[in-house]
This record gives sequence, C-alpha cells and structure tokens, in this order.
Amino acid sequence: MSDNLGNLELIHVFYWLKELLLSTGLGEPYVTIVSYVVLGAVTFGVLALLALFLVWWERKIAAHIQQRFGPMRTGWHGWYQTIMDAVKLLQKEDVRVDKRDKFVFFWAPVVCFVAAFLAYVVMPFGNQLIVADLSIGILYVLAVTTFTVISLLMAGWGSNNKYALLGGMRSAAQVVSYEVPMVAAILTVIVYVGSLSMVDIVEAQSGLFINWFIFKLPFGPIAFIVYIIAATAEANRVPFDIPEAEQELVAGFNIEYSGMKFAMFFLAEFVNMFTVSAIAVTLFFGGWNGVFLPSWVWFLGKTFLVVLLLMMFRWTYPRLRVDQLMEFAWKFLVPLAFANLILGSIMKYLGWYW
Amino acid sequence: MSEYLSVLIFAVTGAAIVLFTFFISKLIRPHNPYPEKGVTYECAEDAIGDSWIRFNPRFYIFALIFVIFDVEVIFLFPWAVAFGELGLFALVEMVIFILILFFGLFYAWKKGVLKWV
Repeated sequence: MSDNLGNLELIHVFYWLKELLLSTGLGEPYVTIVSYVVLGAVTFGVLALLALFLVWWERKIAAHIQQRFGPMRTGWHGWYQTIMDAVKLLQKEDVRVDKRDKFVFFWAPVVCFVAAFLAYVVMPFGNQLIVADLSIGILYVLAVTTFTVISLLMAGWGSNNKYALLGGMRSAAQVVSYEVPMVAAILTVIVYVGSLSMVDIVEAQSGLFINWFIFKLPFGPIAFIVYIIAATAEANRVPFDIPEAEQELVAGFNIEYSGMKFAMFFLAEFVNMFTVSAIAVTLFFGGWNGVFLPSWVWFLGKTFLVVLLLMMFRWTYPRLRVDQLMEFAWKFLVPLAFANLILGSIMKYLGWYW
Repeated sequence: MSEYLSVLIFAVTGAAIVLFTFFISKLIRPHNPYPEKGVTYECAEDAIGDSWIRFNPRFYIFALIFVIFDVEVIFLFPWAVAFGELGLFALVEMVIFILILFFGLFYAWKKGVLKWV
C-alpha cells in the first residue's frame, strides 16, 4: 500500500555499512554489536534534532496562542534559537548543592534520558524502519518508560531540597495512578490485534484510514481519549504538570540542576512527549500506513499532529490540583477504561466490528 | 536473542552519549564554586533541616492500590494476546476477575482512601 521509496534507501545504506564491516574480517557478533551502536548513535542524533525542533515549535505555538511572536531574533522566525540555547547550556557552570547525595544526584539525569531513549528500540518509524521488532513491543515500551519515575524520584531525593522532594513524590503518585487507565486503553487495542509487537499492531491497520483502530474499534475514540489524557499525565505535561508546577514548587524535581544535567532532563521531557505521541499514532492512527508518500513521512506527520494536540492542551488548560488529579484518575478514568475494555472484548467476541 | 541484545546496547550507548556530553561540557565550562552557591535553594530562605524526612502516607496507599491493579494488568496482557483463540470461557473469567478487583476499588472508595486529605 504505502510507497516505501525513502525507507528502502535508508535500509540499503545500513546493510551496505554492515557488508563493509563484514568485509573487514570482523566476526558476526561484533558486526551486530557495532551496527546496533551505530543505530543507537543515529537514533540519538534524530531525537536531539527532534527535541530542538519541538522546543522551538512549542515556544512559537505558545507565543501565537498568547498573541506574541516568540523567538524572532535568531534567524528566520528564530529557527536556530534552541540550538543557541543548547550551546549556552553546554558552557554553563555546574552549580551543585552541598548537601546532595552525590551518587543519586549525578545518575538521575542519565537514568531519565536512557529511560526515554530505550523506547526507541521498538519504535516503528516506517515500513521496516525499526531497530528491533521485539515480540513484546508495547509491553516493553511501558516497562522502560516507567523508569522515568525512578529518575524523577532520584532527582528529588538526591537534591536534598524540599521542593525537589515534593516534586519527585508527586510525580511518582501521578505516574503510578495514570499508568492503570493507560494500560487498559492499550489493552483494548491489543485484544483486537492479538499480538504485542509494534509491527503487527501497525500491519493490522493497513489499508484505508477506515481501518485505523480509532475508527475500527467499537469505542475507539473513548480508548484514544483515555490514552491521550493518561499519556499527558505520564509525560508530566500541563494540565498534569504538578511535579514541576512553577508557581508552587519553583521547578519541582529539577530545581537544583543546572547546565548540561538540566538540559538532559529537558531533552528527556521532550523525547517522552514524542514517544507518547508516536505510540498514540501506532495504536490508533495506523502508524506508518498511508498513500503516495514514504511511510516514515506519514509516521512523522501524524506524530507531529498528536504533539500539536499535546502542546495545545498545555497552553489552553489550567493546571489541576493534586487531589483533583488523583480523584480524576481513580474515580473516573480507571472505571471508564476498564468498562471500555470489557465492552470492547465482548464486541470482539460477538464479531460486532468490521 | 540478538534482538534483545539491541536493548542492552541501546542502554549502554545512550548512557555513554549522555556521559560524553557531560564530559564535553566539563571541558569548556567555568568552575567557580563558593559557599553561597552550594546552599540549598529555598526561595532565599535558609532551609530548616534536611529534606530527608518522613513523608505523607497518602502516597503509600495510592501505591498499594496501584500494585493490585498493576498485577491485574500483568494477567490481562497474555489474556488480551490470546483472546482470539480462547473464546467465551476466557471472556467470562476475565470479566469476573475485573469485577472482583473493582469491588475492591469500590470498597477503598467508600472507605475514603481515595480522598487526598
């Protein structure tokens, strides 16, 4: 269905590199390791570029929603503003608080970024454009992205700062609560696919857009809305950003961080936002499926639309209180998500879908 | 198994790149610490005591409910994958299972555990 012209070229470059490595006389296991390292570095580069773009885009959208211009001085509409920000953060002094827990304080940003980064092992960027099609796909993504919570708790505890500790604790309570409805929404899709692999999920939606799960599932829109609310909370974004609520906790868990360590938290936040959007696209909007254009263009285009949705949430909704947040998760989203799961599986059994 | 090797390699590569940027930044940034810089930030107030203190048990109760639901979800994953082959029996079983857990949630709700303060 989809024209994967662009993909095949990318894949051919990869195989050509692998052949080149094999011809130098290295053994097969070493070549596999080297090729995965190269893929990891390439993925990191792509993610860094994406994060730079998303930060700029978010600032522009925020500005235009508030009838401002946003960054305008650096290049055309400030297009290299975030690159200059990254260069500036690279040269900033690393101010460290004296009473910190040295080990935990140092490793928190590393764990935070690696947890966000690991999800990209199974991310189906396009037809065959996937690092490794693990058979546990979506379960694996849920498992590794949850490590972000541990890093936020590490940052909160390691800083020895009351604001940071409050931010870390709130984030733990919040992510833990919204994990349950999110998984229930994902399971609704899994019941119809019968596989956890990301590639199988996308291929089950091939064909016209009517086959996308948001339309195909009996209550697809409900599953999607539950997922997107829970995903916003998972990514710690407004209206669920109480872990870093600027007005009450100053900056929450990353209050004592500066320079490159702060930059890593920031990068991980935007990578996480892209991850949850990409998974929403994979589960509900047909992933790379589309016509005429290469499949990775479809995937990125759809993902950017979902990211745009998350950004518009951020700049148009007020922040919730902690108690409202928890009650909303446990008293509304969890029952709704599980009711949807039960109804969806009953309809799957009866065959009431196309 | 080589697919799962990629996970390990990605973890190591990601951590290495992050540590590398820390190293690059260490080479070019200034380093000028003095006592005021190391003080815990608390909006210009001197912090009273450590923040390594006992914390609100509310978080603990939410974590407890979460563990129950997370275990439920672990059971649901294989059920969802094999749902197509299992048929009516599995459907009824799982509906009963979810209803039992929701009875528990409802009990916690009526007990007032889900209220924040």
